[in-house]
Amino acid sequence: MTGAYGPRPRKEDARFIRGQGTFVDDIAVPGMLHGAILRSPLAHARIVSLDVTAALAHPAVVAVLTGDDLAERGMAWMPTVFGDVQAVLATDKVRFQGQEVAFVVATDRYTARDALELIAVDYEPLPPLIDALTALDPGAPVVREDLPGGNRIFDWSAGDKAATDAAFAAADVVVGCDMIYPRSHPAPLETCGAIAEYEAVGGRLTLTVTSQAPHAHRTMYAAITGLPEHKIRIVSPDLGGGFGAKVPVYPGYLCAIAASMATGRPVKWVEDRSENLMSTTFARDYHMHGEIAATADGEILALRARVLADHGAFNAAAQPSKFPAGFFHIFTGSYQTRAAYCEVTGVFTNKAPGGVAYSCSFRITEAVYLVERLTDMLARELGMDPAELRMRNLLRPEQFPYTTPAGWEYDSGDYPRALRLALDMAGYDELRREQAERRARGEYMGIGLSFFTEGVGAGPRSQMDILGLAMSDGADLRVHPTGKAVLAISVQTQGQGHETTFAQLVANELGISPDDVDVVHGDTDRTPFGLGTYGSRSTPVSGAAAVVAATRVRDRARVVAAAMLEVAADDLEWLDGKWRVRGDPDLGFGIAEIARAAHSTLELPAGVEGHLDASAVYNPPNLTFPFGAYICVTDVDPGTGEVRVRRFIAVDDCGVRINPMIVEGQVHRGLADGIGIALMQSIVFDETGNCLSGSLMDYLLPTSLECPSPELGETVTPSPHHPVGAKGIGESATVGSPAAVVNSVVDALAPFGVVHADMPLTPGNVWRAIQGRPVRTDLSLG
Amino acid sequence: MQVPAQVEYEKAASVEQALALLARYGPGAKILAGGHSLIPMMKLRLAQPEVLIDINAIAGLRYIEPTADELRIGALARHADLLAATVAGEHFAILHDAERVIADPVVRQWGTIGGSLCQADPSEDLSAAFAALKGSMIIHGPDGSREVSARAFHTGPYQTVVGSDEMLTEIRLPIRLDGGSAYMKVARRIGDWPIGAAGAAVWLTDGGDRIADVGIGLTAVGATHFVAAEAEEFLRGRPATEETLAQAGEIAAEHCRPGSDQRGPADYKRHLVRELTARVLRLAVSRGRQTRGQVS
Amino acid sequence: MKITVTVNGTDYSRVVEPRLLLIHFLRDELRLTGSHWGCDTSNCGACVVWLDETPVKSCTVLAVMADGRRVTTIEGLPRNGALDPVQEAFAACHGLQCGFCTPGMIMTARWLLDQNPDPSTEEIREAISGQVCRCTGYENIVRSVRWAAKHDGRAGDRAGGDGA
Repeated sequence: MTGAYGPRPRKEDARFIRGQGTFVDDIAVPGMLHGAILRSPLAHARIVSLDVTAALAHPAVVAVLTGDDLAERGMAWMPTVFGDVQAVLATDKVRFQGQEVAFVVATDRYTARDALELIAVDYEPLPPLIDALTALDPGAPVVREDLPGGNRIFDWSAGDKAATDAAFAAADVVVGCDMIYPRSHPAPLETCGAIAEYEAVGGRLTLTVTSQAPHAHRTMYAAITGLPEHKIRIVSPDLGGGFGAKVPVYPGYLCAIAASMATGRPVKWVEDRSENLMSTTFARDYHMHGEIAATADGEILALRARVLADHGAFNAAAQPSKFPAGFFHIFTGSYQTRAAYCEVTGVFTNKAPGGVAYSCSFRITEAVYLVERLTDMLARELGMDPAELRMRNLLRPEQFPYTTPAGWEYDSGDYPRALRLALDMAGYDELRREQAERRARGEYMGIGLSFFTEGVGAGPRSQMDILGLAMSDGADLRVHPTGKAVLAISVQTQGQGHETTFAQLVANELGISPDDVDVVHGDTDRTPFGLGTYGSRSTPVSGAAAVVAATRVRDRARVVAAAMLEVAADDLEWLDGKWRVRGDPDLGFGIAEIARAAHSTLELPAGVEGHLDASAVYNPPNLTFPFGAYICVTDVDPGTGEVRVRRFIAVDDCGVRINPMIVEGQVHRGLADGIGIALMQSIVFDETGNCLSGSLMDYLLPTSLECPSPELGETVTPSPHHPVGAKGIGESATVGSPAAVVNSVVDALAPFGVVHADMPLTPGNVWRAIQGRPVRTDLSLG
Repeated sequence: MQVPAQVEYEKAASVEQALALLARYGPGAKILAGGHSLIPMMKLRLAQPEVLIDINAIAGLRYIEPTADELRIGALARHADLLAATVAGEHFAILHDAERVIADPVVRQWGTIGGSLCQADPSEDLSAAFAALKGSMIIHGPDGSREVSARAFHTGPYQTVVGSDEMLTEIRLPIRLDGGSAYMKVARRIGDWPIGAAGAAVWLTDGGDRIADVGIGLTAVGATHFVAAEAEEFLRGRPATEETLAQAGEIAAEHCRPGSDQRGPADYKRHLVRELTARVLRLAVSRGRQTRGQVS
Repeated sequence: MKITVTVNGTDYSRVVEPRLLLIHFLRDELRLTGSHWGCDTSNCGACVVWLDETPVKSCTVLAVMADGRRVTTIEGLPRNGALDPVQEAFAACHGLQCGFCTPGMIMTARWLLDQNPDPSTEEIREAISGQVCRCTGYENIVRSVRWAAKHDGRAGDRAGGDGA
């Protein structure tokens, strides 16, 4: 039954088009003070002395906190989501440019900024470790002398090494390549911030904060501050984008909390854009060596990868605890392979912490990029068309559920159909003809494909946890006496339209209008526990919980309806939005009438409680596996290295689509991400550790003029284990698109002998690739 | 939060008043026009003037007016004004080429021509365009006004010949026969500062076959005064052929001094000079040939 | 210093520091939080409002520069309680997701339609090219403006004074 599904306008739009959204910085609370963070100008240095007297003497400064002040409260260091620790305010050393050193609290934000200049810090510079490739060299500067492993964080592997080596040894063709997935940053348009209100008499803390995971934050703040968890309330208001940037607990939030405790007043801290880019969670930064082995006629046999992962100064990568490299081992992609093996080594460097963010789907962006680049390179080596090579190797529908060599069980998919649709929509053969004609004229266009499989909706308690918390999410559904429903969920929208789509989910199960379902989220006092929104998990996990809760309501409604009609519950069937007597469908009641009755004095069977409420905690049995086929057409000017994206064709399969309009909007964004990531976005450092991408003048984001009008297609392969067959879509296009763009540019440059070129494909990088002297794109100077 | 440091503020209603305020406050005073060069610098605290002298209320400084042999641009003319001015586009296609790729449509509504030129960013597109056109700047000071060639106006990064007690009021561009011009810019993204850019203005003779005079401006590649002087000298008097134009590009590339930064490596920028100089010359010559016999 | 700014038709007199940015004047002083800020370098356009009928990135002008002038923000766009067709368009065409860039986009789109009542998609893309959206990939913003152009009753209406 899909009555309430469909492309309906969003409920949340009413406030946003009027400028009446409530974002953290929109909120002013009586008596509120403003905080500002003094940050380290150096990437690696010892703090010799720190003098805040001049700042404290400023008439409008109320307090100044240092690492020592926080240490007295046990808050100078905090746990990261991955079992490491991170400095809230530096106590001994600074370990990345932009690291938090002191916190000023003043009566207004301009004064807070002024007061930063009144703090005197004496640094003793230390040699910085910037080039991750040197992190494990003997004599490399040690970032974390507080840990035993030097700069090595972890070594992790997945797959069968022996079988993989054997497959490679027996292969006709092996293609290998070094490729970088450069450090980038999610850069949501709204930066991170919080308002901390500690009320000493009741011992209650209310934190209004940009958080994609309010409940997980609450549990962490309890651990860090020592405040009892039931006295902490986290409120995430409207969020101006998240994309993973708003998952972590940031030092600024804790500084605001400590400052509120110290001053007895509400304290607001909101970061500016440079702070956002320099200190909050980065994304990617994987140095990969990948190899693909195949037969001479193009059957992919095996894949092998070795990765050096740059995690910055603290290991704050937010992924399930058993997966230090996230889901990277999904790197065999969408193809039938016999064996695969990957090794990932994580290292510390003198850069900001993070790594898992920006719609990476827990490192699936990195994995898909690797396998799709290798596939194209294999096609080139074999002299095969890249579409043909993919079609030959894509998993077939009858092979599902399919267990990959690294242990993933893909749930469902018809891959060849999606690829065929994309090729048809693109007019692929015609494009190849055009390409040949243009080449003859000395014009260079490229056609790049990318086929991706993603695993989202983390995840089953048997396999996944974050800091020991299972990744199950709750949903509470109440139907009021007049038949209006309120659904409280644990996930947190940052623009994905949950207020609409979750209403549609519940409305569909209950036969009522989505207008009659209100969705409550973001306030831990009003919502059940869950681990929040990231990894495209809202629909697969929380959506499932909502459906289960709605199903329970509907089941209870059956019992009530039976009592209303004085029949047995088994005599009723759910038909067209009502519980109706079998064989006499005019006799029946809808949810609204049943809700009234459930709240009334109607006699109910023994053991059946009144009202019409239900809750659920959903433990997903598996991930869900959305997939897609993308084709990118570019034109390249070899004289200048400029790349123009002419067309972007995207066929997505995210299972059942609750609101196709919203699904398409998610895809539009991900395609823009791909253009940005492939062509212009990267966080780069010079050799002394200065971040050169600390503003939107240098961390370039794609504009309306770089993004062509996308051409979207769909196939629908329901997830067999999700209650309504939906899979999740939020990150798909960001996962699949960068490879399509890079494959396209490399394809355009094939006549120049270019076999690979690293992102970002800025004009200079493209030109250098054509010259055969590629730059190392993670270091700023070529 | 990136916000400016404390600053004082005065409003000038006339050029005379602005000059008087500049004299009173000395080098700590800065002229505030559109603010779209200065205020970003103040927010980052790279500029910390003591006093701002707001000249937006001065009437009669925002115009784009042709005379018999010049186009005169008031210093308060906005980028959008220049882009919309048909008379500017007719005579100096290079200006429209450049304005189209400067910043973005909203910023162009407010940033002023005078403000951009006085900011003297080495990546400012208009500086090279005016240098190529061999324009001149009118500067008002306590002793009256003086005229300085656009090719001597900029003395270094963020430095011009405008003294701390002076004010730029007008830019003049000579309108000459048989000319064509063009500007091309390569950036990492639309609206970004250039990685490298070139502008050319040519004046043709011999039925369009020979280059009587030429101006070549280069942006963001360390060209002194934004000018490719050696390439100009080579080209002057030579036939306008594919070979000579390409050669001019080579010479321009040889004599610029680009640095490597996150926009691109130096060798690539030098290549861009070679490539873009030849392309803008080609386009300028082609446009010049189309308007042969007309004032352009 | 004391300034008087007419915002959405109402005069506001305040004493402000000369360095106060217009965006902060609107948001913090006047509590008109519909306009947002998202960067430090005038790149993102979340702060676009109108200063005397021309869109401006309000993070790049000082409040004192608006003294004696008129400012229009998203809150001032509706007329007699009725939404502007551009606002309706964004809701009809899914032209927003998180809503953070939306007021700035709407202000620029309204201004574009006032100058050019039937813009091509290229002209729309050019007009918003100085403003960043991280959620929509711009496609539905462009479609929203096209929808507004088709349903616009307000082009040419601006001469009649500021909105309620």
